[in-house]
Amino acid sequence: MDEGYLDQFVSLFDQYDVLGAFWVNIQLTAYAAVLALVIGTVLAVMRISPVPSLRWAGTTYVTLLRNTPLTIIIVFCVLGLWGQLGITLSSDFQTNFFRLAVLGLAVYHAAFVCEALRSGVNTVPVGQAEAARAIGLGFWPAARLVILPQAFRGAVAPLGNVLIALIKNSTVAAAGSVAETSGLMKTMIEFRPDVILAVFLTFAIGYVIIVVPVGLATTSLSRRLAVAR
Amino acid sequence: MRARRLALALTAVAALTLGACSGGDDAPAETGGAGGGETSGGGADGTIRIGIKFDQPGLGFQDGSDYTGFDVDVAKYVAGELGYGPDQIEWVQAPSAQRETMLQNGQVDMIFATYSITDKRKEVVAFAGPYFVAGQDLLVAEDDDSISGPEDLEGKNLCSVTGSTSAQRIKDEYAAGTNLLEQPGYGECVTALVAGTVDAVTTDDIILAGLAALPANEGKVKVVGNPFSEENYGVGLPKDNDVCQDVNTAIEKMISDGAWQKALDDNVGASGYTPNESLNPPKVDTCA
Amino acid sequence: MSNLVLFDVPGPRTRRRMVVVNVVAALVVAGIAAWALVLLDRKGQLEPAMWEPFAQPRTWTAYLLPGLLQTLRAAGLAIVGSAVFGLVFGMGRLSGSRVVRWVSGTVVEFFRAVPVLLMMVFFYSGIAQLRVVDPPDVPLLAVVLALTLYNGSVFAELVRSGVHNLPKGQREAALVVGLRPSQSLRLVEVPQALIAMLPAIASQLVVILKDTALGAIITYPELLDAARRFGSGNGNMLQALLIAALVFIVINYALTTLAERLASRVGRLTAGDATAEAPAMAATTTR
Repeated sequence: MDEGYLDQFVSLFDQYDVLGAFWVNIQLTAYAAVLALVIGTVLAVMRISPVPSLRWAGTTYVTLLRNTPLTIIIVFCVLGLWGQLGITLSSDFQTNFFRLAVLGLAVYHAAFVCEALRSGVNTVPVGQAEAARAIGLGFWPAARLVILPQAFRGAVAPLGNVLIALIKNSTVAAAGSVAETSGLMKTMIEFRPDVILAVFLTFAIGYVIIVVPVGLATTSLSRRLAVAR
Repeated sequence: MRARRLALALTAVAALTLGACSGGDDAPAETGGAGGGETSGGGADGTIRIGIKFDQPGLGFQDGSDYTGFDVDVAKYVAGELGYGPDQIEWVQAPSAQRETMLQNGQVDMIFATYSITDKRKEVVAFAGPYFVAGQDLLVAEDDDSISGPEDLEGKNLCSVTGSTSAQRIKDEYAAGTNLLEQPGYGECVTALVAGTVDAVTTDDIILAGLAALPANEGKVKVVGNPFSEENYGVGLPKDNDVCQDVNTAIEKMISDGAWQKALDDNVGASGYTPNESLNPPKVDTCA
Repeated sequence: MSNLVLFDVPGPRTRRRMVVVNVVAALVVAGIAAWALVLLDRKGQLEPAMWEPFAQPRTWTAYLLPGLLQTLRAAGLAIVGSAVFGLVFGMGRLSGSRVVRWVSGTVVEFFRAVPVLLMMVFFYSGIAQLRVVDPPDVPLLAVVLALTLYNGSVFAELVRSGVHNLPKGQREAALVVGLRPSQSLRLVEVPQALIAMLPAIASQLVVILKDTALGAIITYPELLDAARRFGSGNGNMLQALLIAALVFIVINYALTTLAERLASRVGRLTAGDATAEAPAMAATTTR
């Protein structure tokens, strides 16, 4: 790499707001993660509940959403929810698309959160549920006080995997009119094809910097929170 | 990969492997100079590779194994004048970002893909034509009379494809308060326009006319017809070609014998759109 | 843990209450669906003309089936590529040489952290610049390469964690009968690890199939791209996308079911725990 190459590359940063684009992806991830956790928890409770119709609804949701490409879900949020049904999540034009993208990311990843929590439930020994019933707890108190707290601790690692997937999948929000990293990288490559490798490595390393700590954190968290048995 | 093998569409190897050869004997063994070396006159051997858009109804559209649109019709006519029958044409998808590369590599012989002639592009490729002069325009709902130009978009919702510069131009030069929706393709934009959630779609007028001419969109959308830029669609050729003059002659013939007008009517006529008459049909530039 | 230990079998009163709640919930869902349908109808999305094309054979033979074929082609190539990549780098991470371990680890961690879409966009432009590949092949190559690097890294991690989860005795026994450490890895440990990891591998296959849809963004003519092209040519984009989504769901569901059956059958062939979840990883299996 000669100096001219490097100079040209640095000048690209003055021209394009790379950090700003990453910030958009981080925001998308943060909001979608919270929403996906809520929806996913509800789904997981539905799938272990005594009511057959709820179990059926939970299973159907997971089967449908998990097997649909995310691109289609995001485009449906914009063209379907907003375009046809007139659902607006913000009076500001661009914020509306941001929130629709958050919604699309959340409903998609909620299916994976649900699966992660179910695998967490699987780590809870049967004796725990039996003991809860023996002291007279019904389904909801038993789930809330005994099963779910342990399930969450057992599900930290798979939940971390879902979070990492969500971080990377936030790039698909470009299909929903949100200006973020994948769109910016595409633009930068189109205007400066001569420094394509440097541009790609910048974005790639940006993601490594975000993703690897999250992976390390969830791994150590899952070890610390693991229920000693 | 097929790479260099196809650099010369006229070699016997290509003719055999592609299985589209109509002539019996080996093609003349040409060397050097990528591109269709065979000049006008009947019965060229081998095939010609032509780059078009696959996803723009009315211009270049892949409909199963058929290819339709104005670009396709012009390409067929020109190829015919160069001596290639319709079954000797191999259609290749030429996405905007790859057109120069494909020509420089000699991986297509010519490109008809809403390809504007610009000085920057002329540095790396050659152009014949122009065969059409388009301009950036707006597509609006059939019953919408409030928009007659880009200035009227202030506070309105505008749709264009992701990464396109044409929508940004409207924001920068005409109406800063335009709300911009970016979608993966123009089909999605038209869906939003028909649903009434965006007020206009922007790109070159003939592309919009192609969308408006679709049976499904007839009577629902219209092209405003007030183009505010000038895009000279040329035939992209490799820099060191020897067919530019022949292509120009073919285009002139197509315009003078009425086939040009017919192609336009067939493909975009149903939209009710008429191209900018002071610029169309265009006069071809002289070859460099 | 089975569902049934979580609650008592509902008695008559609970069952009655459940029926009432079910009816109410069904009414609410039906209400929302009806509201959406009325709005869609008002926008003309329910007109027969919008849906009728999907009953015509030509829609399928000219658009959707060729698209599906391209989807399967890219997925198939990516699966083969990922398997090779995963085996090479997974065994690399278990190698006796520290340098090989470090290099393999860095490669795997890097490609697991980079979004597949970014890789596709990069390869799409990058491969075109190299000018050694025929342009029509560039999108396919970019899709396959991006999917291979990402999913191959995930496979590598599955190989590694699968081997780690095997009982120690397997390796010890292999060494005792005179196999070298590399032979033990290749002949005894990795095969069992792969079988144990089959459920996780299967779910990754669904990921590969689904992610081919990102190829639509770089003009790879797979199912989603074909559906979009059909939708834009016929003014029924939403319907076309819905049909494409349904095809994806059916295929992925079939693949998952098949893989689960297979996994439960071959479980006895491994000393590892064939029902084990993929253990904690820095990156993911859930894309």
